[in-house]
Amino acid sequence: MTGGLARTARRVGRFGLLAGFVGFLAFPFYWMLITTFKTTQDLHNTEYNPYLFHDPPTLEHLRTLFEDTIFLQWLWNTAFVGVLVVIITIVLAVPAGYSLARTTGRWGQTLGVGIFLTYLVPPTILFIPLARVIAWLGLQDSLWSLVLVYPSISVPFCTWLLMGFFKAVPRDLEEAAMLDGLSRLAAFVRVVVPVSIAGILTCVIFTFTLVFQEFVYGVTFITASTNYTVSVGVPTFLVRGDVYFWGSMMAACLIASLPIAVIYNLFVDRFVAGFTAGAVK
Amino acid sequence: MAIVEARNISKKFAEVTAVEQINLTAEEGEFLVLLGPSGCGKTTLMRMIAGLEQPSAGRIVIGGRDVTDLPPRTRNIAMVFQSYALYPHMTVAGNIAFPLRARGTSKVETAERVTWAARMFDIERLLDRKPRQLSGGERQRVALARAVVRKPEVFLLDEPLSNLDAKLRHSARDELKQFQRNLGTTTLYVTHDQVEAMGLGDRIAVLNQGLVHQIGTPQQVYDRPADIFVATFIGSPPMNLVELDDVVLGFRPESFLPEEVHPAQDGRSRLPFRITRSEYLGADRLVYGVLEPPYPPTHVISKLPTNIRVEVNSGERHDFAVRLADLNRFDRASGRRLAEDGEAASATSDLT
Repeated sequence: MTGGLARTARRVGRFGLLAGFVGFLAFPFYWMLITTFKTTQDLHNTEYNPYLFHDPPTLEHLRTLFEDTIFLQWLWNTAFVGVLVVIITIVLAVPAGYSLARTTGRWGQTLGVGIFLTYLVPPTILFIPLARVIAWLGLQDSLWSLVLVYPSISVPFCTWLLMGFFKAVPRDLEEAAMLDGLSRLAAFVRVVVPVSIAGILTCVIFTFTLVFQEFVYGVTFITASTNYTVSVGVPTFLVRGDVYFWGSMMAACLIASLPIAVIYNLFVDRFVAGFTAGAVK
Repeated sequence: MAIVEARNISKKFAEVTAVEQINLTAEEGEFLVLLGPSGCGKTTLMRMIAGLEQPSAGRIVIGGRDVTDLPPRTRNIAMVFQSYALYPHMTVAGNIAFPLRARGTSKVETAERVTWAARMFDIERLLDRKPRQLSGGERQRVALARAVVRKPEVFLLDEPLSNLDAKLRHSARDELKQFQRNLGTTTLYVTHDQVEAMGLGDRIAVLNQGLVHQIGTPQQVYDRPADIFVATFIGSPPMNLVELDDVVLGFRPESFLPEEVHPAQDGRSRLPFRITRSEYLGADRLVYGVLEPPYPPTHVISKLPTNIRVEVNSGERHDFAVRLADLNRFDRASGRRLAEDGEAASATSDLT
């Protein structure tokens, strides 16, 4: 009897905790969603309960976003830069991380830390010298400037992250694959990469998110509004003087964050730790 | 099936010499065990045969072909790792099929061979599982199935039983030996466990500090150890050693028995023995004590089967003896075994 009671209490506790986390994490989405469909008057009146609709929902903010700005163009620009930066990052960071993970002695670790340190230099310091580089390359006001510059943030971070993931892959696995008939490269592609997929997906999402939210480089290197990314276009067009178009901004944020949330949820089981369990011992 | 030869193999890691000038041949179909304490170079030697390490000097020859400079995949060797190294992202079936797929074997043949290997190790019902859903014993079987599936010329087994619990280890050892007999594949087996080595090996190579101390059948290694290292490394409790001038006498605890239980006709030497302590171990009694003059006061152990009921009590003095045939003589300076005749004769005369 008491055992049953304790079990019930534990369950209630566990679900309570879970509900708390879910509420905490879902709240921003709820806020974005409700703000998107509230009338401006509803939003600005402090008498009303901010968590509920007072006036009936409206599509006015979405209309503003899609008809008065070139949001779809910005979304396309961001996706274009995002995909290219992800590809560049993975192509560079995966072999780099693997080499550093398998370099024996202290050099691997030292180099890895060195690479990570470059990630810590903030864009606010780098954008002035990089502006010179971009000008020299003739890439001002081109999306290609962002394609070139963003990897300077994502590659060091992802290399460092992947180094950790590759280190966790037992050497025995690669050696077994090499004895089973593969070259070192094939063993890496067919065994190490699939086993480290959680790390690689983490890099993909990190990089994609970075491109969606980066502001400093976007605003300095791009001048034409048709070349803006979402993170530059939205605040530039939807904040006019001291007038904030909250509804449209929240709509933009919601639309921009949904794809990342969906991708993340598709692979969430892959991120769960213990993926390599059962490989050795 | 092939002869595996290591010719003058050395391996240096920076300052440390892991393997020094080793010459070793595993005959066709032989089960050769590499036995030694950890750090003796046995795993390094195996990894060089596999092609996972490059020797600093010497050649590796498999089936008459010099493979020293060839990558592992071309050596037609299968290896079972101590950790089993199963591919965690593949099912059991995928793991077993992997070596065949890597070589581009046809789908039909792959399926057939996987079934064949799975049946051999009785793991057909596990084929759809992932490695993390398997117990230790099952993982070991999967690793073995993956090794045999492409019928390699040589098996390399690196302590494959050490992750199993003691009970399972016994039956696994028996199965391992049986399947090796059936397949007749040349097998090199690394272990630090002398019981495994004695039980499995057609021959045992005893290694220490990068050197091969002796290669021989379990019986040769046990009864006629080539030097003091082998004598004390193999056997539990280890061989008793008694220093007499330039010679070290060695005798096994089970050969060191109360004088009255030795058959009268056997030539033997008497060793007066003062007992300090005895342990009852079920099948045996271990009797600890010190030799009395004319021998130097050396700590020795006697292992008496429980069916020898002679009373031996702590503090008493008792005449024990060793059959002359069971006495080993080693050179004190080099630790090497002394020749049976000549040298041996003088040693015996001291004793009687």
